[in-house]
Amino acid sequence: MTDVVLRAKECDIYYGSYKAVRDVSIDIPKNKITAFIGPSGCGKSTVLRCFNRLNDLIESFRLKGKMTYHGQDLYAPDVDPVEVRRRIGMVFQKPNPFPKTIYDNIAYGPRISGFKGDMDELVETSLRRAVLWDEVKDKLQESGFSLSGGQQQRLCIARTIAVQPEVVLMDEPCAALDPISTLKIEDLMKELVQNYTIIIVTHNMQQATRVADYTAFYNAQVVEGAGGKVGYLAEFDSTEKIFSDPEQESTRDYVTGRFG
Amino acid sequence: MPSSPPSKRQRTPFEKGLDRLFEGTTMGFALFILLLLLAIGLLILVQAWPAVQRFGLSFLWTSSWNPVEGREVFGVLPMVYGTLVSSAIALLLAVPLGLGTALFLSENFIPLKIRTVLVFMVELLAAIPSVVYGLWGIFVLIPALKWFLGLFGVSFAGPSMLAASLVLAIMILPIITAISRDSLAALPPELRQGSYGLGATRWGTIFRVLIPAAISGIVGGVMLALGRAMGETMAVTMLIGNSNTINPSLLAPSNTISSLLANQFAEAKGIQVASLMYAAFVLVILTLIVNILADWIVRKLQAKY
Ligand SMILES: Nc1ncnc2c1ncn2[C@@H]1O[C@H](COP(=O)(O)OP(=O)(O)O)[C@@H](O)[C@H]1O
Ligand SMILES: [Mg+2]
Repeated sequence: MTDVVLRAKECDIYYGSYKAVRDVSIDIPKNKITAFIGPSGCGKSTVLRCFNRLNDLIESFRLKGKMTYHGQDLYAPDVDPVEVRRRIGMVFQKPNPFPKTIYDNIAYGPRISGFKGDMDELVETSLRRAVLWDEVKDKLQESGFSLSGGQQQRLCIARTIAVQPEVVLMDEPCAALDPISTLKIEDLMKELVQNYTIIIVTHNMQQATRVADYTAFYNAQVVEGAGGKVGYLAEFDSTEKIFSDPEQESTRDYVTGRFG
Repeated sequence: MPSSPPSKRQRTPFEKGLDRLFEGTTMGFALFILLLLLAIGLLILVQAWPAVQRFGLSFLWTSSWNPVEGREVFGVLPMVYGTLVSSAIALLLAVPLGLGTALFLSENFIPLKIRTVLVFMVELLAAIPSVVYGLWGIFVLIPALKWFLGLFGVSFAGPSMLAASLVLAIMILPIITAISRDSLAALPPELRQGSYGLGATRWGTIFRVLIPAAISGIVGGVMLALGRAMGETMAVTMLIGNSNTINPSLLAPSNTISSLLANQFAEAKGIQVASLMYAAFVLVILTLIVNILADWIVRKLQAKY
């Protein structure tokens, strides 16, 4: 494998006393797309949100184990979560534009992080990279809500890349989109990965095979005394291997659609 | 194949009748409210008519209120001034305080359990009868203000615009807090996460995303509070000094329209009753203007986002 950007080592993740994920160790390679697949509720989003400390917003959240970013402990006491999130951006399942104009949606991130350059130019390049520019260039001053779902999601991606993060986390970014918008976003990811490291959670097996270089299969099992199902990383390998010749029985069952 | 698919099922005449009955009843209720409102407005206007004929629009800018028989002059300007100024001061104090409280109670600064208790206490503020606020003003606030202003060598009689405005501010605080908190809490969590996910700080998120997103609810709450402040009677009567003059000093006594009505109706007769009714009509119109203004602002803000 090439450079490792993000690394989780023996991570247990709790919500209160409920252990949501146990013993996850994974290395996320630089400038590659890594897909997280697996049945619902097995902790894919939970792990993803740990990587940019978005779980800090949840009061009951607790992490045991170590997560590093370029070898640096993400949860060290002197690490500022705000700084982490500027480097590791996030795109959500539901498009969530701000109640602002299209222009201000993009300009929001750069402004709060003290961007001093040419904002018009940054807005244009961000929108161009998200393949949205041609559709919105004449209505930059209209509300972000005036766009269709697929356009809103590309707006959210443009907004994320406008702060020039190093990693982009995407949690089921196409779940609410039509097939055409989905393909557009997949093309976009393949284009972006030259400069960014991407992790995408997806329920769509074809999507994983189309875009991902590596695939992590998460599963969950009932554990007595843990307060419910506990998610774990079942298998992590190149996408090709996961889909054609996985080590685990459960992986094979899942990718061939026999459960999940 | 079933012979009649469910979509083709006919509604019985009884079901249709029930529907129509329901529609008619609700419309009846709605019309009743409208009629009630018109009736109240009309009644006030009819009773005010002798004063309207005698004083005309000059009632609005006349500053004397003289009920002595034979020399009767009535003008509502000092009370309009008092109503507007006391409400404006109350808003000025209560908006930042109420919005701040709402933010504190809708964000996770403190554990949920303590927050729930605090929310309950804020709502309790709204349940205190206004006469109790008035008493509190007389026995606690005014002595405290006397002591405080005394430190600077300012003499302070007690009943004044300042005392009334401060108590009004406390009275409208729960309205602003409760409504703002509700509109902030109703925002989709994705909005907050989206902002944090871009590396925004808590303050950045609150001031640049959450407040703009909830602004129409917040403005609505503020306007409701303003309506309440303009109409509040008992506590104001007890604290404002009931002096029908315009005095720019906040430490001087003043009066509001509703306080004027409460004080004078019992002993009024003839043209004075009509003048009081005229004043009441002015208050209704003022409140109406505030409401229309509020609606307009909310619309403007909604169009912007
Ligand atoms: N904020 C939360 N508080 C408590 N439990 C949560 C929270 N978020 C997720 N969980 C629980 O953690 C488990 C994993 O959830 P999640 O990471 O969302 O799974 P996935 O994304 O794989 O569907 C689920 O059982 C879910 O109920
Ligand atoms: Mg999920």
